[in-house]
Amino acid sequence: MQIKNFLKNTTSSLTPVLAVILMTTMPATVAKSETLINGAGATFPQPLYSRWFSDYRKIDKSVAINYQGVGSSGGIRQLLTGTVDFGASDEPMNAEESAKAKAPIHHIPMALGAVAISYNLPGNPALKLSPETIADLFLGKITKWNDAKIVATNPGLKLPDLAIMIAYRSDGSGTTAIMTEYLSVVSPAWKTKPGQGKSVQWPVGLGGKGNAGVAGMIKQNPGTLGYVELVYAVSNGLPVASIKNTAGQFVSPSISAVTAAAKTSSKAIIAADFKLSIVNSAGKDAYPISSMTWLLIPENMPANKSAPLTAFLKWAMSDEAQKTAESLHYAPLPKEVRIAALGRIGKLKFK
Amino acid sequence: MRSDRIFNWILRGLALTVLLGFVLLVWFLWNEALPALRSAGLGFIWSTGWDPVSGDFGALPFLWGTLVSSILALMLSAPISIGAALFLTDIAPKSIRTPIAFLIEMLAAIPSVVYGIWGIFVLAPFVREHVHPLLNGWLGFTPFFEGPPFGLGMLTAAMVLAVMITPTITAVCREVFRSVPDLLREAATGIGATRWETIRLAVIRPSISGIFAAMILGLGRALGETMAVTMVIGNRPEISLSLFKPAATMASVIANEYAEAQGDSHLSALAAIGLVLLVVSSLVNFGARWIIERTESKTHV
Repeated sequence: MQIKNFLKNTTSSLTPVLAVILMTTMPATVAKSETLINGAGATFPQPLYSRWFSDYRKIDKSVAINYQGVGSSGGIRQLLTGTVDFGASDEPMNAEESAKAKAPIHHIPMALGAVAISYNLPGNPALKLSPETIADLFLGKITKWNDAKIVATNPGLKLPDLAIMIAYRSDGSGTTAIMTEYLSVVSPAWKTKPGQGKSVQWPVGLGGKGNAGVAGMIKQNPGTLGYVELVYAVSNGLPVASIKNTAGQFVSPSISAVTAAAKTSSKAIIAADFKLSIVNSAGKDAYPISSMTWLLIPENMPANKSAPLTAFLKWAMSDEAQKTAESLHYAPLPKEVRIAALGRIGKLKFK
Repeated sequence: MRSDRIFNWILRGLALTVLLGFVLLVWFLWNEALPALRSAGLGFIWSTGWDPVSGDFGALPFLWGTLVSSILALMLSAPISIGAALFLTDIAPKSIRTPIAFLIEMLAAIPSVVYGIWGIFVLAPFVREHVHPLLNGWLGFTPFFEGPPFGLGMLTAAMVLAVMITPTITAVCREVFRSVPDLLREAATGIGATRWETIRLAVIRPSISGIFAAMILGLGRALGETMAVTMVIGNRPEISLSLFKPAATMASVIANEYAEAQGDSHLSALAAIGLVLLVVSSLVNFGARWIIERTESKTHV
């Protein structure tokens, strides 16, 4: 009883004081409290986004952007159900996905990636492969390393009479989507079956989980050939093959060759509102298995989130942010695309 | 008295929560799987295709992979586990029983991803360089051991699983053997039985149903194991008799493809695989219970 009375007395006498305190502090706390923006999607650019979001926090302390690498499809699903504010994907949204959206969703390119073909041969010589050979390898039509087709593009090399084992990603991934897209573009046979997708029915080979799983299979088994993300191949020093592009040049996967692929396609990219594949791009320096990665921005984002996110997007197009991308082995967007993207970001309309 | 009643209700509520969780899980899986089951019917279980691009889905290769890898693991693990348990209860000097039992049980505490890494970096090269040449060299003419030496595949997966389920089977068998009254052992020795005869008649025979229960517990763990198997089985949904060929299991395909599944039909097919896995695990458990009850009524004199 005593306690109850005490509380009653004190609270009633304190009420005016509390009111004053609240009135004076409330505006201040609102200004100080940060806007939280949640995103989810592709795992491929996750290291880059994490770095960008933490860098950007130093520039604008009022906004905190969270990102979860749940996979491109997972990100799109979460965006469509409204669990996150924005999505991220290594592939443009398809018609089925776009049809489910409550409001238009804009694709803003962020950086470029590529898929490298890695292998394990005695001495790991620099290998050159033509698109036809790559398709035949993954179709299981070429089974030995000393096959005439491989020898034809590698005249100087002594290739062993060794069985070829193909390693692919067992987990659904954007990397597989880009690789199979390339195979579908260069090989009509591949296009009819298995076709392109994040998980496909591989004609031959074994599946490893993640880039690390595939790289492990390649490293351990002499004669194995597989595909991994360029970022992964570069940071782990894996041997990678040069691939003949549409100009007939053998180009090894590198950051500059990937940017070159986007540069030669920049007009088409801009014309397609950035929703364009840059696989098998023209240009003599272009690496053929390259791709863009996008943030997916829905039009129905509330204004208190859209404004800071737009500011972030503009910052991401800056030289500084794109240099950070390069330091993490992501290929920066070519200048032309960045300028066009900046214009597009400026024109974003939110409801 | 009142507190007793409240306690009673709380316990009922908690028990009901577990039940509710199970019902919700089944309901969720059923709901998600319905579109796939509707379009493919029961043929989903017997169909062998798995092509996410063309939308052709069948569970049989995964059902095959799960059952074969688990049963194989049980065949590898059971003799070792039962032997180890017998050693610990009847043969080993008392002073080393507890430390060895502790070490075996420690195996159960290792995360499955660690088993997977061990599988990739230690077991797979061992299988490729030693097990494959041996078995393929001697028995390569049979369909069970043909094929090139990848190191990864059904046999490697079964071996990893066998190590993973050994602590479970050993621990349960040990408890079962310990629960056999010493009177039985002494009686057997008393009528002139040798040590082997004592173990056979006074320890193993009364424990048959317990041993069986231990094996089923191990099998249950093997059926649902995901990470370690995914890392070593080669992830190829194909049905092959050869133990050196890659395969895929129900748990592994869900783990591999669910996050990046494109389109509702793919998601639904994966949920249907989950449903089949649930049904298989339940059948194994119910079947085991039934057999245990039958053997118990036979052995109890």
